Amino acid sequence: MEIGLGHYLTVAACLFTLGMFGIFLNRKNVIVILMSVELMLLAVNINFVAFSHFHADLVGQVFALFILTVAAAESAIGLAIIVVYFRNRGSIAVEDINMMKG
Amino acid sequence: MPETTSFAAALPEIILAAGAMGLLMLGAFGFSDGEKSDRAGWTAILILFAAGVALLGQTGTERVFNDAFISDPFARFVKLLVLAGSATAILLSFDDLRRAKADRYELPVLILLATVGMLMMVSAGDLLALYLGLELQSLALYVLAAFRRDDVRSSEAGMKYFVLGALSSGMLLYGASLLYGFSGTTSFAGLAQAASAPGAATNLGLIAGLVFLLVGLAFKISAVPFHMWTPDVYEGAPTPVTAFFAAAPKLAAMALLARVLFDGFGGLFVQWQKIVIFIAIASMLLGAFAAIGQTNIKRLMAYSSIGHVGFALVGVAAGSAAGIEGLLIYLAIYLVMTLGAFACILAMRRENGPVEEIDELAGLAETNLPMAFILAMLLLSLAGVPPLAGFFAKFYVFAAAMKAELYGLAIIGMLTSVVSLFYYLRIVKVMFFDDAKPGFSATAPYVRFVMIAAGLFVLLYAVYPAPLVEAATAAAKSLSL
Repeated sequence: MEIGLGHYLTVAACLFTLGMFGIFLNRKNVIVILMSVELMLLAVNINFVAFSHFHADLVGQVFALFILTVAAAESAIGLAIIVVYFRNRGSIAVEDINMMKG
Repeated sequence: MPETTSFAAALPEIILAAGAMGLLMLGAFGFSDGEKSDRAGWTAILILFAAGVALLGQTGTERVFNDAFISDPFARFVKLLVLAGSATAILLSFDDLRRAKADRYELPVLILLATVGMLMMVSAGDLLALYLGLELQSLALYVLAAFRRDDVRSSEAGMKYFVLGALSSGMLLYGASLLYGFSGTTSFAGLAQAASAPGAATNLGLIAGLVFLLVGLAFKISAVPFHMWTPDVYEGAPTPVTAFFAAAPKLAAMALLARVLFDGFGGLFVQWQKIVIFIAIASMLLGAFAAIGQTNIKRLMAYSSIGHVGFALVGVAAGSAAGIEGLLIYLAIYLVMTLGAFACILAMRRENGPVEEIDELAGLAETNLPMAFILAMLLLSLAGVPPLAGFFAKFYVFAAAMKAELYGLAIIGMLTSVVSLFYYLRIVKVMFFDDAKPGFSATAPYVRFVMIAAGLFVLLYAVYPAPLVEAATAAAKSLSL
């Protein structure tokens, strides 16, 4: 069986869904949320690279490189915010993030 | 010399980006310790002003960097508002952060970087430019929300904003990847071709991509059903930062939304109009009803801003030049009203710190009549009572909706304005008829200046509306279906 565009898209869609559920269903730890976000961005990258190959067009791969860069900056900021929060609250459990209602 | 003209079109952004980095260096090595944050703030305002001057020097429509960057009257109109909003937010921050002992020079730098991102968003002509602008803005905003490092509520606001913002960026990106895959291009012009090709309306990949993109943008403008972060972030973030959140980023994201939908997806108007109408109605309803029970004024302003996003979206849903004109006028007036209201919130302060409960305003008319009067005018303007500026803002978008035969949308909009009048009037009642509490401490001069300027604007807008309306009409011509 030859592996075509559809297979790549399916894998990416599965990873993206996993990432999204990881954010919503996770009740334990904020670090897991950070990992889930990363998973979503990587799923998008698979999409971009697969489409780029399929269209024989470089723009998709350039886009993927930019996403990697931004994802690195994003996790750096996310971790920094988590550290600040931990210093104030002494916990990073998701159920403890409840100082404000809503 | 195509290269030099390309860079000339992006001159305001270049000034801001270089200025932000220079300011960071100055903050780290240049300024002496005592006055660091004040000097950084004034330098940042100067840089914003220089970018504004560069912006005013531009004319016509230019599409540079392979169509990724568009400088047209629409972009310039919104950019000018964004620059004004950012500068005012810095002006509001001086006194409040100094008293909270959080006056660090990084705040103006972060605001400058967020502003570069916003200008990029407004000028984006390509999904890549859209994404990079949006992320530059969002990353700076996450840090700003958590700016008071020693305050648990501020860091919690930063955390919530970060998690939901990252989720929304992920969705937006997934949409962008689908759009790229099913149209073979990332430029809005190319997307427009794909969207108006025969069979585009049944192309599931395109439609799904468009929906994901809209979800991502709806998060950024905090439209219902993607608004849940707004009240917590508004309440937790330091008040000057909240004022900034409510003003500039919302304008940029609204302009970006209008640009993507009009420039990129004109061919799928029938499809996206339904989505926009739905989120407009949902936002207006939630903004009107959820604000009624609030006791914290910053939370109330969060729901108020959700409602206002709904009203502004009515202009987008109309899908006409009149709708865009209404949207632009709405955004301009909303900017002034919201900054004025937050200046009043910043003035709510007693000896032992700022207060945020609505009850604390009780009897303000006895202790400080001018402030009570200005706040009442701003609140009534937010509700859309004639002859204040807010009424005209709503008038233009609803007129556009009526012209586009969206009668249901316009009627729901008017009814929700009446409902929202209730909670604004409740504050007015507290200020004028309840037993007086001790007066607030003296207001910082810049905060008072913003308050008075905004109050005068909403009162006197009706006398001479021509300049704003003319500028908006000219700017609206840049976008068409």
